[in-house]
Amino acid sequence: MAGEGRSRWPADGANGQVTQRRTGEDRDGFQVRSGRIGRSVMRKDAEEKVTGRAEYTADVSAWGMLHAALLASPYAHARIVSIDTQRAITMPGVRAVVTGADYPQRTGLPIADRPLLAVDVVRYAGEPVALVVADELYQAEAALRQLDVVYHPLPALTSPREAFAPEAVRLHPDLAAYDVQPGEEVWPVPGTNIATHVRIRKGQPESVWSTCDAVVTCDVSFPQAHHAPMETHCVIASVAPDGCVNLVTATQSPYSVPEAIARTFGFRPSDVRVRTPLVGGAFGGKSSVYLEPLAVAATLAVGGRPVKLRCTREQEMRSMPCHIGLEARIRLGARADGRFVAVEITDWFDGGGYSDRGVIVTRAAAQDCTGPYRIDHVHCDAYCMYTNHPPTTSYRGFGHPEQTLVMERAIDLLAEQLRMDPLELRRRNAVRPGDTTPTQARLMRSSVGDVEGCLTRLRSLLPWDGPPVEDRDGEVIAKGISCFWKTSSTPPDASSGALVYVNEDSTVTLLSGLVEIGQGTKTTLAQMVAEVLGLAVEQVRVVMEVDTAEQPEHWKTVASRGSLLAGNAAVRAARDARAQLAATAAVVFQCRPEDVCISNGYAGCPYTSRRIPIGQLSRGYTFPDGHTVGGFVVGRGSYTIERVTLLDPATGRGVPGPEWTVAAQGVVVAFRPRDYTYRVLRAVTVVDVGRVISPNLAEGQLKGGMSMGLSLGSREGYVYGATGSVDNNQLRVYPIHRYGDQPEYRVAFLETPNADAPWGLRGLGEHGVIGMPAALANALSNALGQPVNSMPMTPELLWRLHTGAEVNDR
Amino acid sequence: MQPVTLTVNGWVRTVVVRGSETLLDVLREQMGLTGAKPGCENGDCGACTVLVDGVPQKACLLLAAMAADCRVTTVEGLPRTQLQAAFIRCNAFQCGYCTPGFLVNAHALLACVAHPSERQTQEWLESNICRCTSYEEICEAVRTAADARDNGVAGEDEMPG
Repeated sequence: MAGEGRSRWPADGANGQVTQRRTGEDRDGFQVRSGRIGRSVMRKDAEEKVTGRAEYTADVSAWGMLHAALLASPYAHARIVSIDTQRAITMPGVRAVVTGADYPQRTGLPIADRPLLAVDVVRYAGEPVALVVADELYQAEAALRQLDVVYHPLPALTSPREAFAPEAVRLHPDLAAYDVQPGEEVWPVPGTNIATHVRIRKGQPESVWSTCDAVVTCDVSFPQAHHAPMETHCVIASVAPDGCVNLVTATQSPYSVPEAIARTFGFRPSDVRVRTPLVGGAFGGKSSVYLEPLAVAATLAVGGRPVKLRCTREQEMRSMPCHIGLEARIRLGARADGRFVAVEITDWFDGGGYSDRGVIVTRAAAQDCTGPYRIDHVHCDAYCMYTNHPPTTSYRGFGHPEQTLVMERAIDLLAEQLRMDPLELRRRNAVRPGDTTPTQARLMRSSVGDVEGCLTRLRSLLPWDGPPVEDRDGEVIAKGISCFWKTSSTPPDASSGALVYVNEDSTVTLLSGLVEIGQGTKTTLAQMVAEVLGLAVEQVRVVMEVDTAEQPEHWKTVASRGSLLAGNAAVRAARDARAQLAATAAVVFQCRPEDVCISNGYAGCPYTSRRIPIGQLSRGYTFPDGHTVGGFVVGRGSYTIERVTLLDPATGRGVPGPEWTVAAQGVVVAFRPRDYTYRVLRAVTVVDVGRVISPNLAEGQLKGGMSMGLSLGSREGYVYGATGSVDNNQLRVYPIHRYGDQPEYRVAFLETPNADAPWGLRGLGEHGVIGMPAALANALSNALGQPVNSMPMTPELLWRLHTGAEVNDR
Repeated sequence: MQPVTLTVNGWVRTVVVRGSETLLDVLREQMGLTGAKPGCENGDCGACTVLVDGVPQKACLLLAAMAADCRVTTVEGLPRTQLQAAFIRCNAFQCGYCTPGFLVNAHALLACVAHPSERQTQEWLESNICRCTSYEEICEAVRTAADARDNGVAGEDEMPG
């Protein structure tokens, strides 16, 4: 893959990429002409990333840059009695101290429920209370220690069920008065701690329970957790003399920042310019606008001078929005033949002190609550609860890893009760074209992948065979499977734009507002543009950095939507450039534009052997006498998501996303009953991705996601101390997967095309994670011989479950 | 504040540092070498790994003053190695933020052990965290680089500095 013209690196060995292709009928206009699609290529950011030259936000400096440091609340819930800044302001190098008193306005999307800096009350330990700006970071940090804040601790709500109780203290008594961003689907319930209540009503479960031959009920839980990107949040903010706000920030949503800043500070959105270099991992944690307003407050306090604000790891884990927690109850009923009849689900999400994206995560979990199964009677109430935990935002999978655990545990319990094979039970209920989702969206072959096909392939790849538990050398070898789907929770107007410039040397340059967060989509876009223009991928340059003033908007780099939204935009831009080149070439060749063929960097036509380099057509074509036809080639493309509708607040009826990627996953574990430890031996994913564009990138996304999902399910979760603060807020005591923890990974792709997407692709960035906690829970339940329904599944948890020791006593 | 003479990637340079300033901060903020990354500033993640006299060290745990008279090598100082090529070939990075630390650490491993066993590789590399890949790719890259050196494939593989 490093082949074409990459002599700067030592010679290449064999490329070991193997992909499983099943079908793949290309739509009109997406014919594969040259194998650029479906072929592994070298990442466009590869060389800068292996030489240390890749630039991330923390690497950016500006002349005269000051540094800001945050003071965070040590209490989960407290009244602020007083803040004395006198000593801090006189410390060496200190230029400004900012507190909540300076900014009474609220911020936050979609619900503006949070003060910039705490005002009167703190609602989670880690909540920003004050901000110091100094010449040097160490000076700012020293001054933090001189800030005198007096708190009066209040009783804290430490679980969503507790917050749901009628007698619970109201954390946001002014909930009714908060601004909600227009168009966002969020339904707060004033007078309660419910930040949103999502209702899904399909059929009438209450009328059919009596027809079920088997019914299971279980409680499932997931703790809050850390995204753990290696790069922490970082922002550099300044205000220009003309009043324009300039931000450099590590974000997945550069185009969401201007509006949020404008709403908070009263600027015009167009006066806010956002630059996002490469992002060092995000996983959903950088999709919300959280640190940026604080950096703007910091620069405003020092007359617009550039100020850098970067989270330490500890702050990242205590102060920044995290993975949402969940407590859920499910009741699932089926007939004797295994056909699901009805399901009732109640989700209480642990949304934390401020709702941020947690309310939308809640909606996403509810809209897809059944998983990829046909169930005619569905009743789901999903609540995002305010608690005194850290605020929550999107996390890779966006509510689906959690909801999948709920459903998949219930299915395994049902299989046990029915004495049916769990894989067969899933296969029998697999959703098919013509069925409807919980929100009553009618599925078509194009909009949903092949669930049965995924399960069939998983059966042989895992392999899933015979009784799932066997003894070997004192270890129990057990297997577990899961099956899931995901669509995006995309606003109906989510859009992306792209520009393609043709350069004079016959290469092309692609501009897209998509952020490179590690997923490699900008490389995939280059492949698409190369395919349309008949170029080698190496002849397509992609601008990696995003600048909202320069690149066309891309909604957000989230929801596995990059290759659909930006992909369609890039393809259309490339076609537009091709049409412009052909129009000019047709004049030169004296033929019809449709007879012009553009390939390998040349324009030609059947009536002449003459070929013109496309670079010579890029500024119009100049004849020998000097007169010029045509013009400067700017290929324009844009795409707005199609067929998505808002959900009905009463029933949830609507179409939440354009298509569903489906997958089946499985794990094999070796469990040691002696000390309740276990190793994952193998993890398998079979996913219907519509079409594999870049096999190496697709496989990397899946395997990386699986690693994250196994880590999340087996060992991750916030542990709160006596004052309600996250106590395991360092990577030393928050033990995510390290080198050596990896099992053997197997990934296989099915290809059932999605008609709306380039070459029929479906989203895949989040999907490796989604079913892993559920598959692991099912495997460990089989190994232990009793249900494992809460995360993380540490040896201690398994021991407690097995010996009956209290589980939730930490 | 005190002057300290550092030898980084073969270049000798005198910088003025506070006694408490880490090598990581001085490399990044005074010398413009931003390859080593702050990930935890607590020695937990390894994103800031550099070589000090050929030995991998976490630059966030080392005072700049302690590196005086030592040979410091950062990722920017690696010649175009088989290892870096193998990282590209084996998709051993995604976001790339941890990559400098992994490269520097694995580079030292291959310099010390011609054919590291799986266990040796784990002992060296488990001090670094990658959140994007599955580690399988990094494992494959290290093996590929060791094999490529064996096969005499062209490429610089000397320890710098």
